Amino acid sequence: MEVAGSQDITQELSKEMFRAVETGIKEEGERLIELQIGPAHPGSGHMRILAWVDGDVVVRCDPDIGFVHRTIEKLSENRAYIKTIPLVERPSLLDTTPMTIGYVNAVEKLMGVDVPPRAKYLRTILAEITRIASHFYGIGILAIFLGHSTGFMWAFGDREVMIELATMLTGARITYAYAIPGGVRRDMPQSFPDAVEKGLRYIEKRLKDWEKIFLNNPVVERRLRDVGILKPNVARMLGVTGPNVRASGIDYDVRMVEPYEAYDEIDFMIPVAEEGDSYARGLIRFKEIEQSINIIRQAIKKIPDGEIISPQISRLFNPLMKKIYAEQRRVKLPSLMATLKPPKGEAMARVEAGRGEALFHVVSDGSTNPYRFRFVTPSFRNVILFKYLIPGHRVADIPAIYGSLDYFPPEADR
Amino acid sequence: MSQPGIKDPDLNSLLSILNDELKELVSKIYADKTEKVIYIEVAKERIMDLAKKLFYLGFDHVKSVSAVDYPREKRLELMVHVGSYLRVVRKYTIVIKSSLDRDNPRVPTLTSVWPSAEFHERETWEMFGVYFENHPDLRRLLLPEEFEGKWPMRKDFRIVTRKAGEAEAPWK
Amino acid sequence: MERGVVFIGEIDVFVKKLIRSLLEKRPVRDIMEWAISYSLWPVHLMTSCCGVELAGAYSPRYDLERYGSLPFVSPRQTNLIIVEGTLTLKMARVARITWEQMADPKFVIAMGACANDGGLFWNSYNVVRANEVIPVDVYIPGCPPRPEGLARAILMLQDKIRSVGVSREDIEILKKYVKKQV
Repeated sequence: MEVAGSQDITQELSKEMFRAVETGIKEEGERLIELQIGPAHPGSGHMRILAWVDGDVVVRCDPDIGFVHRTIEKLSENRAYIKTIPLVERPSLLDTTPMTIGYVNAVEKLMGVDVPPRAKYLRTILAEITRIASHFYGIGILAIFLGHSTGFMWAFGDREVMIELATMLTGARITYAYAIPGGVRRDMPQSFPDAVEKGLRYIEKRLKDWEKIFLNNPVVERRLRDVGILKPNVARMLGVTGPNVRASGIDYDVRMVEPYEAYDEIDFMIPVAEEGDSYARGLIRFKEIEQSINIIRQAIKKIPDGEIISPQISRLFNPLMKKIYAEQRRVKLPSLMATLKPPKGEAMARVEAGRGEALFHVVSDGSTNPYRFRFVTPSFRNVILFKYLIPGHRVADIPAIYGSLDYFPPEADR
Repeated sequence: MSQPGIKDPDLNSLLSILNDELKELVSKIYADKTEKVIYIEVAKERIMDLAKKLFYLGFDHVKSVSAVDYPREKRLELMVHVGSYLRVVRKYTIVIKSSLDRDNPRVPTLTSVWPSAEFHERETWEMFGVYFENHPDLRRLLLPEEFEGKWPMRKDFRIVTRKAGEAEAPWK
Repeated sequence: MERGVVFIGEIDVFVKKLIRSLLEKRPVRDIMEWAISYSLWPVHLMTSCCGVELAGAYSPRYDLERYGSLPFVSPRQTNLIIVEGTLTLKMARVARITWEQMADPKFVIAMGACANDGGLFWNSYNVVRANEVIPVDVYIPGCPPRPEGLARAILMLQDKIRSVGVSREDIEILKKYVKKQV
């Protein structure tokens, strides 16, 4: 059993982190100007950054969040279990499928329902499609923060390819609510594998163009290299998650650590970078897109035939629903799902969303509504980086660091 | 590019190690039936010792700090999810549960052991009213400053209702 | 003796009244409304999750710049607010301040189910309705609405400007409407 480190290391690290914050305020009290980089700013992100600056150097930074706080945890206590699925989707509107998969996994653990293999593969395919779309959004926002508007336009154009594929599978553009306790709602159409192959080949070709225009661009390199360096020890202590921690040298990915759905039957690698600056964080996202393409190809080849919803639930269908299921391979939600009553207990599930690790903890007391639903998103765990990473840099570096962290405010405020 | 392939210890050996180390401190240790989550129940006064021992064992960051409200039993249950980045124990999540008095819930802060708990504790303070002693910066995180009412996530919170058309200016 | 011309009365007031009455006459008014309708620039105020579809609407596939609208940075130089998504208490104040900073004539589009009437989060303690904060011209249903829906809303707003108009009287009526809400 490895021993992590002594109490002294933690105290030293905290002292180092807090010292930069404290001395700036006490010594140069009158020289500081408080800047409010408010919610309506050119980067168009709904959070406020309060930065105390001495000349051009930021001395202290305080994130002011809560502009999109929509109280999902409180609302879920008054609604049935299945009505929380759209609620859980809405915070991170870009990669919706891993969030629904996590919540549905927690409910299935409570109920003791097994998911058939074909449903697991379908969920995995949709999760990886949305992961590519989410990474393109992150790259586009990083580009527009630096002023690279071609990158923004290209990213959103390439994202549409993935959204078209998802529309072919589920019928909706962004908010699918595809996974339900027991399986998925629709089967994939016959022309889906060919369309996926066409889409993936287009994305691979485009990634080569992206290298020329963005990754090897001298202006982008000057603005992003050695800016916002996050050392591995500090990342461990602060509990950072997602591509941000993988760009600092720690290879932590929930798909490898605690495999869920079909990830234990597919082999893929986790890209890790060592420098920890903003350029590495942007580069990791590109590499993860390549890995997702790999995963989708393997999953489409290996997908088994079978049911798409667990027999424990499909035997409770009435004859009309059984007929629709047999002919069209589509599940009309049975009314028993609106009055689902799992047994008393609690369950926890973890997933890897596009931005990091999300945690779902459901406490049930035997009624139709959950008693307590705790939901932690990856962006909420990354907010602490605003306080400890930005001091010491110039004001013009704030958008570069903010864009490279891929922080999405509705996800953090829930 | 790297690929982790280290063998992890299984649950029983981890549970026996935890039982040996933490026998005097805690009241109950048990594991979830899916075998990846370990629940530890501890009294409020021993939380700091338990936290330091878990830090020595390799659990180095906090995933969530929150509470569950049981108004009929007149207690708030503090719920802390702890995880690790180290290869050997990263598969397991430990959930620390501790009962607090509902009328005056006070707990020593966990940021002296785990700095990652800072923003989570601020959210628990404004949602449930749990006061963390010696926290460096305990103030509101998500709610606006002029919010009416206290401790929204408790079960006896009443929402202020307004009729449509007679709205007070909500921005004032 | 030199001959000169003497003006009786204040010249600024006279000129202002002359301009205002010219602006309401037919050819000038039509040109003004045509120009306004083809330059509706929204400000970068992302309220909530429908912002993803707004960004997608200005992307190469559904290019909305061909209707003349370009998202711009400052509220002083734009004339449209698109309220996309839920307005929380904190964000309502920001939306109101931004709306007050914009110059007349200005317009508001409420996008999505949450801006119309609360949407999924209708009974939350932190959500307000968009038309209690700023006066809305066009409502778009959907959760989130497709980018083609947003294109249709901009076209509807253009029709409204060119038929109903944005004369001084309309602006006075708008101001009275907002005051009644407060």
